[in-house]
Amino acid sequence: MDIKKELRKRILVIDGAMGTMIQRYKLTEEDYRGERFKTWPSDIKGNNEALSITRPDVIGAIHREYLDAGADIIETNTFSATVIAQGEYGMQEFAYEQNVASARIAREAADEYTAKDPSKPRFVAGAIGPLNKTLSLSPDVNNPGYRALTFDEAMEAYYDQTKGLVEGGVHILLIETIFDTLNSKAAIFAIKKFFHDTGLPELPIMISGTITDASGRTLSGQTLEAFYTSVMHARPLSIGLNCALGANEMRAHIEELSHIAACYTSAYPNAGLPNAMGEYDEQPHETAHFIEEWASQGFVNIVGGCCGTTPEHIRHIAEHVKSFEPRQLPVLEPSL
Amino acid sequence: MSDTVRIKPYLRLSGLEPLVIRPETNFVNVGERTNVTGSKKFARLIRENKYEEALSVARQQVESGAQVLDINMDDALLDGVKAMTTFLNLLQSEPDIAKIPIMIDSSKFEIIEAGLKCVQGKCIVNSISMKEGVEKFIREAHICRMFGAAVVVMAFDEQGQADTYERRVNICTQAYKILTEQVGFDPQDIIFDPNIFAIATGIEEHNNYAIDFIEATRTIKERMPLAKISGGVSNISFSFRGNEPVREAMHSVFLLYAIRAGMDMGIVNAGQLVVYDEIEPQLRELCEDVIWNKRPDATDRLIAFAETVKAKDKSEVKNEEWRNSSVEERLKHALVNGITDYIDGDTEEARQKYARPLEVIEGPLMAGMNVVGDLFGSGKMFLPQVVKSARVMKKSVAILTPYIEEEKRNNPNAQQGGAAKILLATVKGDVHDIGKNIVGVVLGCNGYDIIDLGVMVPADKILETAAKENVDIIGLSGLITPSLDEMVHVAREMKRRNMQQPLLIGGATTSRMHTAVRIAPEYDQGVVHVLDASRSVTVAGSLLSNEQKSPYLDKIKTEYVKLKEDFASKKSVKQYLTFELAQKNPVKIDWPNFQPIAPTFTGTKQFLNYDLAEIAQYIDWSPFFIAWELHGKFPNILTDEKVGSEASRLYEDAKVLLKKIIDEKWLTAQGVIGFWPAEATAPDTVKLNTKAGVVSLEFLRQQIKKAADQPNTSLADFIKPATVSGKPFADYMGAFTVTIKGIEPHIEQYIQTHDDYNKIMLQVLADRLVEAFAECLHERVRKEFWGYATDEHLSNEELISEQYMGIRPAPGYPACPDHTEKYKLFEMLGGEAATGITLTESLAMYPASSVSGWYFAHPQSQYFGIGKIQKDQVEDYAKRKGMSVEEVEKWLRPVLEYEL
Repeated sequence: MDIKKELRKRILVIDGAMGTMIQRYKLTEEDYRGERFKTWPSDIKGNNEALSITRPDVIGAIHREYLDAGADIIETNTFSATVIAQGEYGMQEFAYEQNVASARIAREAADEYTAKDPSKPRFVAGAIGPLNKTLSLSPDVNNPGYRALTFDEAMEAYYDQTKGLVEGGVHILLIETIFDTLNSKAAIFAIKKFFHDTGLPELPIMISGTITDASGRTLSGQTLEAFYTSVMHARPLSIGLNCALGANEMRAHIEELSHIAACYTSAYPNAGLPNAMGEYDEQPHETAHFIEEWASQGFVNIVGGCCGTTPEHIRHIAEHVKSFEPRQLPVLEPSL
Repeated sequence: MSDTVRIKPYLRLSGLEPLVIRPETNFVNVGERTNVTGSKKFARLIRENKYEEALSVARQQVESGAQVLDINMDDALLDGVKAMTTFLNLLQSEPDIAKIPIMIDSSKFEIIEAGLKCVQGKCIVNSISMKEGVEKFIREAHICRMFGAAVVVMAFDEQGQADTYERRVNICTQAYKILTEQVGFDPQDIIFDPNIFAIATGIEEHNNYAIDFIEATRTIKERMPLAKISGGVSNISFSFRGNEPVREAMHSVFLLYAIRAGMDMGIVNAGQLVVYDEIEPQLRELCEDVIWNKRPDATDRLIAFAETVKAKDKSEVKNEEWRNSSVEERLKHALVNGITDYIDGDTEEARQKYARPLEVIEGPLMAGMNVVGDLFGSGKMFLPQVVKSARVMKKSVAILTPYIEEEKRNNPNAQQGGAAKILLATVKGDVHDIGKNIVGVVLGCNGYDIIDLGVMVPADKILETAAKENVDIIGLSGLITPSLDEMVHVAREMKRRNMQQPLLIGGATTSRMHTAVRIAPEYDQGVVHVLDASRSVTVAGSLLSNEQKSPYLDKIKTEYVKLKEDFASKKSVKQYLTFELAQKNPVKIDWPNFQPIAPTFTGTKQFLNYDLAEIAQYIDWSPFFIAWELHGKFPNILTDEKVGSEASRLYEDAKVLLKKIIDEKWLTAQGVIGFWPAEATAPDTVKLNTKAGVVSLEFLRQQIKKAADQPNTSLADFIKPATVSGKPFADYMGAFTVTIKGIEPHIEQYIQTHDDYNKIMLQVLADRLVEAFAECLHERVRKEFWGYATDEHLSNEELISEQYMGIRPAPGYPACPDHTEKYKLFEMLGGEAATGITLTESLAMYPASSVSGWYFAHPQSQYFGIGKIQKDQVEDYAKRKGMSVEEVEKWLRPVLEYEL
């Protein structure tokens, strides 16, 4: 199974939102706790990563819905499975286990579908989220030099997550929803260090940043090109954008990226912008319509959805991009 | 399908913005002042923990053109890791600095690592080397690579620093092989520093150092074309330290050849580089001799020459050699150097030489001004110099004008000059015109015919004049916020009258965003915001060129449409409280335990002829330089590499004129202060008990949703509420106006003598004096008249940075943006008669150099901005003020959160 081979042939589809799907199950505090955390001192409802331990059936079922819809790549349920993000629930000690368990659930589902149709291999991307603390910004407006987190702490948390994901069997590592480039640099450092330390063959890295608003910059203030320049050293399989924007708002940025990226490009926008109630109401055919146009322009290699997207969105997207050639990799010239 | 994208192996760096180093990039300046080993001042600031000020050094580097910022904290007295971390973390929150890439400079790798952990962008590490063996080199290079940094590799190995051509080339080649083959570096991320050493030291072995560096550079670039070459340029002239003219010449000559050989970047004092062609020929030849080691006595000859340079006191010995050249050359020299001494004679000589007087203007004078325009455009001349050039030009033209008039009378059909005409005006209701005058001078220097209608010009007059004179461009200026609306009005009128000229917008309160969102949509023939005088030239040039005009306007239009969209989409992101909730979140002050201090008097006190010499001690000089478009903090700006010498000259001129103003009593300072018993009677209402009755002041309140524990501030929060006092008017509030009068005859005098330089200088100084006067009176108010801070001891710097207790916010500015409250302020202080100030219909104050404001004494009172407010507050405010909502919206438009 070689993802590069697939990427040369066609536009690959990555799955949609995990959180949106979990909400549909209307799980209770008891569901989240299961037997394992029955006596946990505080509420854990909302800690979606814990479900990989207590309700693997739900997570597995969601993966299968996306695989049914045509996703080539599914993301592990590990967005916040780091010792730092789990700190919100006091569950740091389970972060590693969450990564291993989540990777195994996803891998089992993917392997099942690959076995059914070996001509369409399915890949598991280990999701590495942005952390709930940032390395470039101060949380205290009166003290701009203050940082709530050190680079080493972030790097160690990502190292631990990488180790868990690799142990659980992911095919790809996906650093996503990057608000602060320095956080992602800590993740890149951790991944490189992990493979250097263990001597294991390096897995491909996908990198996906987030342009937060119409300014065209990341939350930490970088322009798109500056962001890409800052993470290029990861020599990623793909560079792309996800979250914060709907497909309509993301278009200009994806177009720019497609012109500067030396690697493959990915894009998985939200289902539009949230409405007044904070809900996403862009319909599957609408999202797919925007993304189809990107495909026709040759901007993208990997597409899918982020917040608010569902298996229906993914089905429509997969259907609409199927007939288009993938973006060609740029020619890397050897001399100036 | 899009075309195949081709990507070149450029060195790509990033801060908040990318920096791509292409072959045509020429030479990359690395800012060197943020280096504790190279800048005593920066070292002192860091040692004393004055990081804020240290940041301003970085900012100044960026402003003076540094493309990469070198940061070095290698000082025995410093905890380098901590200093690097602290400084870089602070720097990340300054987008105007953090936009450029960082070069983390240290000889200690732990400091480099600490730096790399703080920066999101792609940095340069300066430096690593094989000094302590290959193994350590590989380890460190590997870490740099994991952070994605480019590296500077010093030509250094275990035998020492490479000092010959062969060792330089060999070490660099070996390092390249290791980095690309063993560590996995991209070749373009490798920057070699092949060691620039001092030459002309008197030691024979040193004589070939420059040649070796240049030749090694050439060979390295041939063998490893993607790698880059950098170096510390000032090393080359180390033996001439203290002799700047010689050092600068050596640097320029050396760089010319080093860059030709392939040097890509360097840590240089960019502002001090002289242009190769402009080095005195003898000195240039001597520099060539030492750099190329051309003759055994090259060093001695340069030393001998250096001593003559040293001995000369530059200001005393005037170089009059230029007087021997042709009249055209002399006119050009006078224009470029701003010399008026000989302009009368030279102009007359030229007039007799040319067939028609107009030919003198269109020939030698314009040729000279073109040189000025080019030098200014390329950053080699600064605004004060350009204004001096304009003075020379105007004087010369004034001599020629009578002859041109005469010729016109004798021969009405003779063809006259066809320069493009630009109309400039400060809009109705506004009296500020320094910036507009500067723009006029700069454009005038570039050959445009300027029609300046002055200040407070109604739209009708602007547009009628434009039509009558058939002008090519209209430029509007304004400083106070109501002028923004007036500009919108002018734009609408232009559309209604079906005018065709492009419209330029400039002035302190204007912005690209406001222009894009409010003005541009009103007029289709082109609206362009011009940031400062230096930009006005290229903007006018683009607009007046037949080929460029429409693509340029299209580009601006696209930009503005995008800005407008951004504005619309950004707005929705911010969250606002209802006015009711905002009022429930005021500044928390422990009023029951606060005893207001009574002023020494209530009512008003007038100062008719305040001592200007005393006022002058309070001048904040930094804005003075900003007015001249020289950016940097005083007094550091005087020693700034780039603008330092021009800033010093300007400062000297200013001091001379200031002394004249004071000694000859050109101007008079008039001020009024007043204090009254006060109480807050509602969340945003303060009542003052004056002799003429109770006056209600109405304030606005911040409405944006704040972080927990942060108040939604209103100035009314700083006055003790009636409800807690238990007695009426238990607190106090004050007000003041200050003005500088009598400028008009002197301005007129300068206009008569075509001396824009001194005209602008006088206006800028009057502005500084009135601000200083406000500062001076405020100090006396705190210590003496109100006396709530009798034991205050602050330096002028501390005053400027507002470290005092209590505030003096001005109506119309961020804390109380409603200009109309000024009516009450002036009334209470005795009106026009007492203050010496009149208010225009836009509530600008005349004379233009005037300041007014409120005094608040509470220790928790502080400056703030209201930000945007919502309709519910506007409605409540209108009710309180007894004005219609529409009227209030008109005055508060810049702070409205909603569209009208």
